[in-house]
Amino acid sequence: MNASFAELSARERLAAVVDAGSFHEWLPPSERVTSPHLAQLGVPAAFDDGVAIGRAALDGRTILVAAQEGEFMGGGVGEVHGAKLVGLLRRALRDRPDAVVLLAESGGVRLHEANAGLIAVSEVMRALLDVRAAGIPTVVLIGGANGCFGGMGIVARCADTVVMSDIARHAMSGPEVIESAHGAGEFDSRDRALVWRTTGGKHRWLTGDCDVLVEDDPDAFRAAAIAAMARHRPLTLAALQQESALLQRRADVDGDNADAFELWSRLGVADARSVPDLDAAAVRALRPATGGA
Amino acid sequence: MVGMETLHYAFDGGRALPPFAPALVGVVASGNLEVLVEPASGTGCRIDVDTSARGFGPIWEAVLRDFHARHGLGGLVVSIHDMGATPAVVSLRLDQAISAIGGATP
Repeated sequence: MNASFAELSARERLAAVVDAGSFHEWLPPSERVTSPHLAQLGVPAAFDDGVAIGRAALDGRTILVAAQEGEFMGGGVGEVHGAKLVGLLRRALRDRPDAVVLLAESGGVRLHEANAGLIAVSEVMRALLDVRAAGIPTVVLIGGANGCFGGMGIVARCADTVVMSDIARHAMSGPEVIESAHGAGEFDSRDRALVWRTTGGKHRWLTGDCDVLVEDDPDAFRAAAIAAMARHRPLTLAALQQESALLQRRADVDGDNADAFELWSRLGVADARSVPDLDAAAVRALRPATGGA
Repeated sequence: MVGMETLHYAFDGGRALPPFAPALVGVVASGNLEVLVEPASGTGCRIDVDTSARGFGPIWEAVLRDFHARHGLGGLVVSIHDMGATPAVVSLRLDQAISAIGGATP
């Protein structure tokens, strides 16, 4: 077994996270439910449109689970890919599993499918919030090499629990997108240290955007997913106001859009410069100082 | 179908496999391919290829002929979605697919 969650394919990750041999796939590759758009653009389709969905056992309990393949079109959500996610989430409302677990790896909307992809992502958001509102714990695991960006970045934050590894990335616009819109002076997408301290798991942990920070290890993700099955955050007005206050506090602390090092310092991290060199356990211990912002 | 090429090959007289579930290996990504292997009746081996790289028909034929010579399997359909994988990568993925359905030669 590969020791890196990031280096596994979506299907390998799925197999590593759920109970051995328990995954039952819906719309498997042999069903050939593929994108109707890609062939028109001369791009080969994928037999599963880049996402595997189904039912599985996790620590003996029933979950519905999906895994996005980041290597296929950057994990982009096309019409069929999105419909598979929505179908899975709606089925959760009927079957009421013990949790819904999404192994996310996506650049967001698949640009080849334009409006169909945009609509698909918004439907995924609505469906995920419906599941959460129904009291079924929703868990998003982010650990793929392509990160979780764009519309899928928003989807992730709709869940009860977000789990990230220290090498995972999560944001709205990706580094290349920011650079093309505002120039390398604003954000140099080739500066890997800058990219990771602005979008990486450690940053998301310190600012409170992710709930669990783990090492890049399939067993660590599995353990975090098992623990998250017991965690439900009700969607209430009070909860939304609390989240809004958290974001306001971040805007207050970071009004001048400081570099992440400066932001961490302002949040109370004593030696912010050392954070990139720390392992996940050491960074986990830093959060009580900041409480998230 | 601008830019994409669809190729079909068929080989006869293969050794029939015991029943197996369809298997998928690989990913459609630059320089990579996915291979789906499914059971079919008879002793033939049909191979369908969708590829983004046009004009490589003779090379596909040579690689797939090698594959059939290596495994000599019948009663299966192999479906390939390719994004410009090299012949060596294609051969490795085909071997991986056969291994996934338990049909590798001992």
